Amino acid sequence: MEYAISTQGLTRRFGNFTAVDNLSMDIIPGEICGFLGPNGAGKSTAIRMLCGILAPSSGTGTVLGYDLLRETEKIKPKIAYMSQKFSLYDDLSVIQNLDFYAGIYSIPARYRQKRLQEMLALAQLTGQEKELVANLSSGFKQRLALAAAIIAKPSLIFLDEPTSGVSPTSRRQFFDIIKSLAEAGTTVIVTTHFMDEAERCDRIAFINQGRLMALDAPDQLKQQFIQGCMVELTLLDPINQLSRLSSLPYVKETSLHGSQIHVLLNHEGDLAQLGRDSGLIPERITPSLEDVFIHIARQKKEGGFADESYPGRT
Amino acid sequence: MIKVKKVSKRFHSNQAVSEAALTVNKGEIMGLLGPDGAGKTTLLRMICGLITPDEGEILLMGKPLQQLDEHRADLGYMPQRFSLYGDLTVMENIYFFGSMYALDRNTIKQRADEILDITNLSPFKHRLADQLSGGMKQKLSLTCALITRPALLILDEPTYGVDPESRKEFWKILYDLNRDGITLLISTPYMDEAELCNKAAFISAGQIRLISSPAELKKTFPYPVLQIDLKTRQPMHLHNLPGILDVSYMGSKVRVIVRDLGQGQVEIQNYLLHNRIADAVVHQVSPTMEDIFVGLAEGGVQRWNMQ
Repeated sequence: MEYAISTQGLTRRFGNFTAVDNLSMDIIPGEICGFLGPNGAGKSTAIRMLCGILAPSSGTGTVLGYDLLRETEKIKPKIAYMSQKFSLYDDLSVIQNLDFYAGIYSIPARYRQKRLQEMLALAQLTGQEKELVANLSSGFKQRLALAAAIIAKPSLIFLDEPTSGVSPTSRRQFFDIIKSLAEAGTTVIVTTHFMDEAERCDRIAFINQGRLMALDAPDQLKQQFIQGCMVELTLLDPINQLSRLSSLPYVKETSLHGSQIHVLLNHEGDLAQLGRDSGLIPERITPSLEDVFIHIARQKKEGGFADESYPGRT
Repeated sequence: MIKVKKVSKRFHSNQAVSEAALTVNKGEIMGLLGPDGAGKTTLLRMICGLITPDEGEILLMGKPLQQLDEHRADLGYMPQRFSLYGDLTVMENIYFFGSMYALDRNTIKQRADEILDITNLSPFKHRLADQLSGGMKQKLSLTCALITRPALLILDEPTYGVDPESRKEFWKILYDLNRDGITLLISTPYMDEAELCNKAAFISAGQIRLISSPAELKKTFPYPVLQIDLKTRQPMHLHNLPGILDVSYMGSKVRVIVRDLGQGQVEIQNYLLHNRIADAVVHQVSPTMEDIFVGLAEGGVQRWNMQ
């Protein structure tokens, strides 16, 4: 199979800081791959290299079959990149923005009207053509930015935190669009801090301190990383109870999830003791992706990973 | 601490806020939730005195906004986007911010030491703001907003773009501040954060529709929520079934908000049977803040008997 993206030892240094460290991964055409990791982990730097707008310090790779070092100008017309800051003109209308991007991508005049209408429908902005972008809410702006980015029908899309600052209903609507693009064969790379979106990805690449820690389907990650017995406690004052619970000797990890606390126990046998110590009935749960995220993000503080483990190959 | 009385604001043809009413009491952590474009940021900016309302009145600590100038220091505001200087260090930003409030250098230094301890930024005092991670930038904004020792802190989506672990750390800081007596009004798109507020105000189309505690909202949510646990991930097309109000997919779990418990269960069981999906377990679960948000945002509010 020809991978949509395949990299070998991709590395980028800024001075003596290594932002992306020996990244080797293969991305399957038509998949939605979520890039997850703490702020500053190297996700955006990796994406900028894969787009061909930032040269790697070392390593090689191909994107859509083109060489990442020598053929960046061939890559650019085939991909779309939507950054954290939506690249739209506030003082132009919805349709003017789309028309502007259609011009940049040299969409022939005879297709242009049809393409603009398709994009309006995809972004669910039909009827708002003449509205100034400045007057749109963030959810609408985000869908318009996506439509502008993909007006030339790219086969690979990079979305860098597209849903930050957008409400839950808009986020879902946005991800439904992503899902339909992937079903039509487009490969999607998306970074997000929302775990419900990560759950909807086919695979997840966990990146921490520039390194790829894992690349697998969400359900596999949960089994692979969380060892022990995960339970949930519902408390009135969860933030203030957190440190007491985490100091109990048989507790491996604790984390806060809204009004609930997740507690990772070494053994199922500790359930009864936790019940006595907390005065509550612990409920056994399957770990969530957020549990996996926190587990991986915390490992750096406790000494990090062995250098030889690069689980990026499929 | 805050009393908003029938406040309205229009921008050209857009009625951003329309007769909004909101009361925030001393010591509360009040969450402001609502769909995009509902008027959250406009309302917060009016409360801070950055935008003048067309109509209505806002009282802060019992005094009208017009008299705020002399009480400016009692109010801390952390805007939606990072608005500090990337080419200044953490301490230089704090000095700059503090001196705008005419605080002298010694006072700023002394307070900064205290606050940086709370916000865990002490080791980074001399780092350029541009070289901070997303989570640390937000903590620097918070530090600056606290330099006048405000009694009231208004935060507009403070965890924008912040990773899950750092968001939790940020909320621990907010709880510490609240315990020290600071009242908080905070907008957020994260429903797990909404659960951490003492009270949540739901704004939609420029009006505050509902104010209640998360626990009370969950207790009075009028629709049953069902969860389907699947053995393997598979596409489910439940949206168009009768009596189904909302479907959300969380990996191998599907959450469904239904109009009526019995009817919902029958519809889902029939769907599973018809599509030969075996090993699926359907059970009722308690609503989350996300269910409530979706219920309210999609028009369920009219059917919700408000107090």
